Amino acid sequence: MEEPQITEDLIAAHGLKPDEYERILEIIGREPTFTELGIFSAMWNEHCSYKSSKKWLRTLPTEGPQVICGPGENAGVVDIGDGQAVIFKMESHNHPSYIEPYQGAATGVGGILRDVFTMGARPIAAMNALSFGEPDHPKTKSLVNGVVEGIGGYGNCFGVPTVGGEVRFHPAYNGNCLVNAFAAGLADADKIFYSAASGVGMPVVYLGAKTGRDGVGGATMASAEFDDTIEEKRPTVQVGDPFTEKRLLEACLELMASGAVISIQDMGAAGLTCSAVEMGDKGKLGVKLELDRVPVREDAMTAYEMMLSESQERMLMVLNPSMEAEAKAIFDKWDLDFAIVGETIAEDRFLILHGNEVKADLPLSKLSSEAPEYDRPWVATPAAADLSDVPEIDPIDALKALISSPNYCSRQWVWEQYDHMVMADTVRAPGLGAGIVRVHGTEKLLAFTSDVTPRYVKANPEEGGKQAVAEAYRNLTAVGAKPLASTDNLNFGNPEKPEIMGQFVGAIKGIGAACAALDMPIVSGNVSLYNETDGKGILPTPTIGAVGLIDNQDDMIAGIAREGHAALLIGETKGHLGQSALLAEVFNREDGDAPHVDLDTERRNGEFIRANRALIKACADLSDGGLALAAFEMAEAAGVGIKLDVADTPTLFGEDQGRYLVACNFDQAEALMVEAGKVGIAVTSIGRFTGDHVSVGRNSAPLSELSDIYRGRFASLFG
Amino acid sequence: MRAAVITYPGSNCDRDLAVAFEQAGFEVARVWHKDSDLPEGLDVVGLPGGFSFGDYLRCGAIAARSPITRAVIAHAERGGYVLGICNGFQVLTETGLLPGALMRNAGLKFVCKPVDLTVATADSAFTSGYEAGQAITIPVAHHDGNYQIDDEGLAKLKGEDRIAFRYAQNPNGARDDIAGVLSENRRVLGLMPHPERAADAAHGGTDGAAMFRSLAGIMATA
Repeated sequence: MEEPQITEDLIAAHGLKPDEYERILEIIGREPTFTELGIFSAMWNEHCSYKSSKKWLRTLPTEGPQVICGPGENAGVVDIGDGQAVIFKMESHNHPSYIEPYQGAATGVGGILRDVFTMGARPIAAMNALSFGEPDHPKTKSLVNGVVEGIGGYGNCFGVPTVGGEVRFHPAYNGNCLVNAFAAGLADADKIFYSAASGVGMPVVYLGAKTGRDGVGGATMASAEFDDTIEEKRPTVQVGDPFTEKRLLEACLELMASGAVISIQDMGAAGLTCSAVEMGDKGKLGVKLELDRVPVREDAMTAYEMMLSESQERMLMVLNPSMEAEAKAIFDKWDLDFAIVGETIAEDRFLILHGNEVKADLPLSKLSSEAPEYDRPWVATPAAADLSDVPEIDPIDALKALISSPNYCSRQWVWEQYDHMVMADTVRAPGLGAGIVRVHGTEKLLAFTSDVTPRYVKANPEEGGKQAVAEAYRNLTAVGAKPLASTDNLNFGNPEKPEIMGQFVGAIKGIGAACAALDMPIVSGNVSLYNETDGKGILPTPTIGAVGLIDNQDDMIAGIAREGHAALLIGETKGHLGQSALLAEVFNREDGDAPHVDLDTERRNGEFIRANRALIKACADLSDGGLALAAFEMAEAAGVGIKLDVADTPTLFGEDQGRYLVACNFDQAEALMVEAGKVGIAVTSIGRFTGDHVSVGRNSAPLSELSDIYRGRFASLFG
Repeated sequence: MRAAVITYPGSNCDRDLAVAFEQAGFEVARVWHKDSDLPEGLDVVGLPGGFSFGDYLRCGAIAARSPITRAVIAHAERGGYVLGICNGFQVLTETGLLPGALMRNAGLKFVCKPVDLTVATADSAFTSGYEAGQAITIPVAHHDGNYQIDDEGLAKLKGEDRIAFRYAQNPNGARDDIAGVLSENRRVLGLMPHPERAADAAHGGTDGAAMFRSLAGIMATA
């Protein structure tokens, strides 16, 4: 087949800048072939190379005694004691989900599950953080339905419980929704599988589904802004098959247990190219691939298409050659393809053969080591103007406005479409705060949360970055878990704009400071840039996924508030209303600064909660919507009313950080006050759980009326 | 007491079901769908929830033709006990061991939540641990749980007291609120709710445990 001439237009269509192309010419000393151009474009796009973000990612804290493997592998690995490890990561599938919501979201889930099980872990929990445009934007309803069905369609069939997540709406996502998928798995700490190849002449094996033309160029597409040609990009979205993924999981875990695997890597973005280069590069080896042996499901596929296909449910493995028959038998059992497609070689070469022709012959290590890296110019986000006056408002009216807003109503409509109980180890369903699963066959529990408040990050990237980590810390603490580590999914606009790059730099500084102070190192993550449509960027959205450990089921804070319980507020309230949910949803204002996060206080207050969990029946972190929303949610979940003694707007709706709402009986409340006094933690008695009304000062409303609003809203908007 | 749990490709509640049998005192054999024989001396066979063969074609239709399913049918025809949960129920209707069919949920969406059920009959090895009319709560998680049957079939089920469970609030449009049905000899039960997800205090409810316990009780005295 005649291959296209390398022209300026073709280079630009591959997302390569002229100076990047010059660098290619320098490296190989000749004009690249068409296939080689595709390989460079796949390796050097933003999605795969992190060329704009690498400099800043290096500043994040990634180590700690609990960390077995930090960023750089498919997922982070963290010690949970008893020789076991939790393996987790979060990754975006934003652009594909906007173009084709069901398949985009489904394959986002599939990709993150593979990242986890390629390391030898059985996935035990999933979450997803979703950001959509305004509810009444013409695309939003179909995106919400498609994305939620896609996530459910994949995760439910695969058989992983979806135990948490976030859903938000803001006009800044009208043209660019965000779909961030998290997965965590469980493995023995001494049986983790890595991607570095080792040994010369070892067989390179292709596993899983067959290769088609779907997703060709997907990673390059994900590294570009959108414009009105978006419909033309639909064929670059991959199609998922969770049934194949489930079989691939079982086959891979059997294969790993057999001792046949030297190293293994899933085929994600830029499929065969990225996985083969990754394995060779990490093992300081070359790789030779013979594409005639690649299982294909379409006729006349070219080398270019095979190297760039993003067909799903595929893995690449370096095989222990003495185990070939056993390995093949496992894949035959599960009716999956198993094909030796190449070998490791001593020279630093990435050699691609197809139809007796050399289609690519590149210095393998240079594909990653010589990838461009940019120190993009950035400007710091200017300090926010002072908050102008916020009028007093009837607190019940304000609460009603919040709980009937798409951002703060119940998400039950969403998570009831996800199987959140499969594996029969879920002990805390999604809905409020962290989800919890048992470590199967042990007394241990793992808690999962994902958090970020993009309004804060936009107003003040550094404080907003800190706050995302702090909120995750609080959500884990509120169920009695010790936060272990984090994964970050950094969604931003075009990094070539200094103000966007400034948001990124600020957020990274804040995230880094908070992860260090709260001992939640970043062990994996993903960067998604160019989230813009027609030049308009999204809100900066650095999603933090975090995992916490509860050593024993008895240590979990899992109760609900009961009639007669005291309501205690832990932490200091100053009444910070800047960038609050109240301003955004009730007054339609996004002004003022983000709340300041005092990391020492966060840590002290969190440690206080964990140290005194025996005195606490129910606990919730205070975040968006402040005391009023947390109190309502805690009462609503328990089906008991609440009387709050405070009634002023800043106290009720302020979003000061480092705070928790606690329910406990009178004796426990007294004991908590005493303990707090000893260590200088602020505790305020702010009311009581009682009756069937939510009462704030002299105003009140029946809990049942508020509950109907809260639970019915999402379905009425999107159902 | 011996139970077998079948694993089809795409089954994803097979381990959960095995755990529930074990907790009730069964020794459990895990059996792969390509096997053509069940282990000797079995008391009960469990067909688990999940998405056998990806739910492609129709839920349960391909699994109903797997080699092991022929052995399960033979086991049932010999008077053996079979418990099919969710996808396992779908497989049982596809084999003809149970009447009716499971259609897409009336709301067209996957639904996962605890549901209130009424025990419609206590007259079976699966339900003898409950009382007829007892209200219990067990989770559902399915996209195709809308049980449908013709008038004649429904009259027969009712006349023979073969409706095992009914939904208190129908989550899927099932005819006559049917959540589970028994075979003529009352030894094959198919149900959409997942008793294995309500079998242990950590699940937040234990109403499913009685099913495994009553089976174990019958087997132990048989």
